[in-house]
Amino acid sequence: MSQWKNFSKGFFKENPVLVLLLGMCPTLGVTTSAINGLGMGLATTFVLVMSNLVVSMVKSQIPDKVRIPSFIVIIASFVTMVELLMQAYVPSLYDQLGLFIPLIVVNCIVLGRAEAFASKNNIVSSLIDGLGMGLGFSMALTILGGIRELLGSGSFFGFKFIQGDGMLVFVLAPGAFLALGYLIVLINKINKKTA
Amino acid sequence: MEYIIIVISAIFVNNIVLAQFLGICPFLGVSSKVETSAGMAGAVTFVMVIATIVTYLLQKYVLAAFGIAFMQTITFILVIASLVQLVEIILKKVSPAMYQALGIFLPLITTNCAVLGVAILAVQKDYNLMESVVFAISNAVGFGLALITFAGLREHMELVNIPKGMKGVPIALVVAGLLALAFMGFAGLV
Repeated sequence: MSQWKNFSKGFFKENPVLVLLLGMCPTLGVTTSAINGLGMGLATTFVLVMSNLVVSMVKSQIPDKVRIPSFIVIIASFVTMVELLMQAYVPSLYDQLGLFIPLIVVNCIVLGRAEAFASKNNIVSSLIDGLGMGLGFSMALTILGGIRELLGSGSFFGFKFIQGDGMLVFVLAPGAFLALGYLIVLINKINKKTA
Repeated sequence: MEYIIIVISAIFVNNIVLAQFLGICPFLGVSSKVETSAGMAGAVTFVMVIATIVTYLLQKYVLAAFGIAFMQTITFILVIASLVQLVEIILKKVSPAMYQALGIFLPLITTNCAVLGVAILAVQKDYNLMESVVFAISNAVGFGLALITFAGLREHMELVNIPKGMKGVPIALVVAGLLALAFMGFAGLV
């Protein structure tokens, strides 16, 4: 597989959220606005890239039986780093995302890539795979956040188009499920056409 | 009185699945049959309550006492992972049928964010031990309620004629959205 394919599969063909349906909790939980989605996506990308890198480096040292706990410890360390960094440098985003930052550790995408890809491939491929998957995840979150922000409060990345409120249901909990449901229909349609 | 507020708020108003978006993976994954979702809800309840007690004690007497609160995420996830392993071993011995039915989803409780989420929330909200236990139980009940209701709805949906593109996950998400809308009706309760 060429490295370009390895990188780009995360966007459409194997998009972690829209096609593989992994990492749904942060996807639904933080996407009340485009900027929150992007922030969460980039934080997860960092963890994904670093954990893929480390897992692929130490894969031959770890006994098979304890590999999952070891992966989780590696991931948890990077999540703690992200948590502390965000608290220090982007406190407003840290408050917005709240509980979902420590919860990156249980994001199935991160453990899934460590187990399915990084533990079997070399360092460079793992790094590129992590970057592609992470950016695909960020893309999905930003799009979903954008749609919800646009419909729910009539703004995009904080720029307001209309007076007053939009369809508030889209920034509330039910709107997350509805918007994601229809977004997946759309992606299925696109993937069917290109396949 | 405080306990009643915690219970009602966790089960209905801030339902862990439908309002806080924790534990969505099992919510979408095992909810095609009522029986499997009841089993899943039971397993999650057990792990959630014990995990909350253990993490509460660890937080209070180890992490906070020695000033190493930044180790919270790592410690908590290790506690949960070992607990899940324990439940798996016990269930395999006690009820092999249930073990078979839950299959892959049992180890996945480790990555069920509801368990870690509740443990962290209980610490963040500054609950004492008793309150934490009540909080964990009510959240587990809320999780079970959402899961079983949703499974019932999905069982019915199999008989309905749905547009081709909407089949499977998309329609499940739309139904979950409507269920969340219904739960919003509880908002004024507390």
